[in-house]
Amino acid sequence: MNLIEHLPVLQVILPLLSAPFCILMRGHMLAWAIAVVASGAAFAVSLSAASIVADGATLTYAVGGWAAPYGIALEVDAFSALMTMIISGASLLALIAGMASIRQQLPEEKQSLFFAAWLLAMAGLLGISVAADAFNIFVFMEISSLASYVIIAAGPHRKALGAVFKYLAMGTIGATFYLIGVGLIYLMTGTLNLDDIALRVANVSDPHPVLLAAGFITIGLALKAAVFPLHVWMPAAYNYAPHVVSAFIAACATKVSLYVLFRFDFTVFQPNLSGHEFQFGHFMMPLALIGILFGAIVAALAKDLKRLLAWSSVSQIGYIVLGASMTSEAGMTSAIIHMFNHALAKGGGFLIAMGAALYYTTTRFSNLAGLGKEHPWLSGAFVVIGCSLIGVPGTAGFISKWMLVNAALEQGGLGIFIIAVVVFSSLLAVIYVWKVVELFYFEPRPEGASSNAVVVKTPEKLLFMMVVMLVAAANVWFGIFPGEPLALASQAASMLTGGAL
Amino acid sequence: MLWVELYHYWVFAILLMIGLFGVIAKRNLVKKLVGLSLFQSAVFLFYITMGKVDGGTAPIVGMTDSTDVFSNPLPQVLILTAIVVGISTTALGLSIVVRIKEAYGSIEEDVIHEKDRAE
Amino acid sequence: MVEILNIFIMLMLVITALAMVSSRHLFVTVMLSGIFSLLIAASFLLLDAADVALTEAAVGAGISTVLFLGALALMDVEETTRGVRRIRMVSLIVVAVTTIFIVHATFYMPAFGDINAPIHQHVAPWYIQHVPIHMDIPNIVTGILGSYRGYDTLGEVFVVFTAGIGVLSILGDPIKNRQHRPAHNRGLRHYLIPRLVGRMLIPFIILFGLYVQFHGEYSPGGGFQAGALVAAAIILYALLEGEDKALQVIPMRVLYIMMASGALLYGGVGVAALLMGGNFLDYSVLASTPVAGQQWGILLIEMGVGLTVTGVLITIFHAFAARSNL
Repeated sequence: MNLIEHLPVLQVILPLLSAPFCILMRGHMLAWAIAVVASGAAFAVSLSAASIVADGATLTYAVGGWAAPYGIALEVDAFSALMTMIISGASLLALIAGMASIRQQLPEEKQSLFFAAWLLAMAGLLGISVAADAFNIFVFMEISSLASYVIIAAGPHRKALGAVFKYLAMGTIGATFYLIGVGLIYLMTGTLNLDDIALRVANVSDPHPVLLAAGFITIGLALKAAVFPLHVWMPAAYNYAPHVVSAFIAACATKVSLYVLFRFDFTVFQPNLSGHEFQFGHFMMPLALIGILFGAIVAALAKDLKRLLAWSSVSQIGYIVLGASMTSEAGMTSAIIHMFNHALAKGGGFLIAMGAALYYTTTRFSNLAGLGKEHPWLSGAFVVIGCSLIGVPGTAGFISKWMLVNAALEQGGLGIFIIAVVVFSSLLAVIYVWKVVELFYFEPRPEGASSNAVVVKTPEKLLFMMVVMLVAAANVWFGIFPGEPLALASQAASMLTGGAL
Repeated sequence: MLWVELYHYWVFAILLMIGLFGVIAKRNLVKKLVGLSLFQSAVFLFYITMGKVDGGTAPIVGMTDSTDVFSNPLPQVLILTAIVVGISTTALGLSIVVRIKEAYGSIEEDVIHEKDRAE
Repeated sequence: MVEILNIFIMLMLVITALAMVSSRHLFVTVMLSGIFSLLIAASFLLLDAADVALTEAAVGAGISTVLFLGALALMDVEETTRGVRRIRMVSLIVVAVTTIFIVHATFYMPAFGDINAPIHQHVAPWYIQHVPIHMDIPNIVTGILGSYRGYDTLGEVFVVFTAGIGVLSILGDPIKNRQHRPAHNRGLRHYLIPRLVGRMLIPFIILFGLYVQFHGEYSPGGGFQAGALVAAAIILYALLEGEDKALQVIPMRVLYIMMASGALLYGGVGVAALLMGGNFLDYSVLASTPVAGQQWGILLIEMGVGLTVTGVLITIFHAFAARSNL
């Protein structure tokens, strides 16, 4: 048995089939260990797949031995490899760092169910990333969504319930819209395989139903990806989820929906519908620009660290969509590299919020003042990650901003306007990051503020600090040596914009 | 007779929209879930409708004598999966509503917002 | 004739849907949604989708109604607020615009039932032609579901599994929740006639469930429908004899094992194929001939589906029931 050949399916079934073991084994530590091992295995698989596809190769897999379009095909190219790395890496790091936080926020008897749901959420996201079949994407989207609802609902505050209900309603509408779109495409082409659709959609009898399908798919996925103005479910869900879940989900969940949106639109619709590039660009770009500014403004007004980070995500998702809406190779490269860089920065940001809550109970600003003196390493890491969110040179965030500005310059007069918005929103990012830095370093610890909410055991603390330092260092490392992710991103972008027939 | 050929799709559109209206406009959480499952059922009808072939039979070999024309089996397979997804979503949604009722004493969105604000 | 029946059912569907959304009484809404499911199942049957009709009837009219009623037992059944006018206006506009788009596109779609439409040309005829060759089973839907698109069905089982552990995680363990409540729940034990009739029904429902499970390759049915039926029988038992009795017959520990082992059986068949030199879920390598391998594979994965679905549905029922004050 040649393992390389089976990499695409192993990517999904390793975490998927580990999930039932979590509830069979009684004992939450064992379940945690299973989750860590499964995430680690998935991460290893994604790394080896990435090394194979980095030069433009594609790994394909026929599940059940049935060739596409009759069976379900899996495909790993540069774009999917990057996504799987983000997902499994975020899961692994969040789980290792989150031991103490999970103990703080979740009752022991619920933890094995929690880890099972966590693995299912990850397996669902990985399944979407490697799927090459429109309906299979829906199935795994639902696994990941349902499991995400479960792990977010585990948040200790009752507001988590309201947030999850909203997420569930809007997420289901989004997935059903996607399903309608897939149905229309199947009606017009007779196939579900993405590559096969791309071939056959050019010859449909009439483009109107396909256009309607493009509309449903775009809106459905934009809902799931929390693109402005469909983001309304997202800030509350990220804010009230258990801290460890915020770190994991914020790093990858919405990006996977964007991944599907880009793959669908750039490989199926744009090459085959005349003028669709124009429609996509002119529909998405205004939303992206407003979203970038709106998210940054609300983040600057936030009075809670997690809320700030969640709203900053609305803004940062805007950057990704903005890059894609230019429908150029350079724009797409900036979008994809920003998926990676933002995962590093935002995942790191929520890890720090988790650490703050570990020491000071809540993430409310009123309770966080003076963190810099008591926990210098933690707040130091925040400064680095904050710089990456802003896009300061020398951090990963700068690379994506730089690519974005370069791509905008290709757009002529419009590009100047885009750059103006980007610069202005970066200034807003300076404001919201500075608010936290000021709080950490220049405000005294308030009298009688609660602290040391939970007894953090030494090994837990060591693991946590190790992960935080690693993520902070990665934000710098990939700002100075962006080589590998940038190679994958530009490979992916050239396949999406040019290589797709 | 255009409408005879298309009225199935129109019924799909109407049901879909009644469901969507229920989800967005209703403030009662159970009502929202009912709207959501109606919304999904409409899509099931859409898929099954497009799989129908005139004069065809259920795609089971040897059930009837005329074995030459079958309706399209693939949409049926897809919808079997989608129905299961739908009930799973409903079950999860209902369990969240039960917890909301216990935590807030109400399942009306407006009341819940008020209590959140008062906090 | 069939056309007229069809139009009648479609009209009834729209009327029921309107009544569902506009009724202020949640109990009425839930009962209407059960009727809606039966109607739509009838229309599936008219559209040649026997498997889907059976599933929709079991799930939509059966399980879903039981879940809604179980939840309603815990809350007020009157809808008290009418909501903000502005929101209703905005929703109406969104809905109207979307409807116009859809109806507009229908004029460019292939006519209903047209065998020359692209949808009936490419993949579908291949399945109809090859299921008898590859698997030698009469029900083409089962063939696609179990093998050609078996990976989707694996996903479906894991969706159900997620729902099971999700409800447990959100509502808490039924055993622990029951400990806080007075043990006056005795089901219908004091009502002789329903209890007798009900008890007589249970073995037949289980028998029918097993038939649907193992006959799914020949007639409509399969693991999911069978699981729903067997679960319905156990839920009926719980309603008649009280949940404590039902939990004695199938304890929570067993339910956990059922949920996990069904999903693992399905995945295990896939891994076995992988280890025996095929691709994941390639049943052809499981037995001496590919056709026999396919048949074994489908039989085993359908059992996995049945196990998980039964376990999950009973678990969800207990989780809801343990929260109620009845």
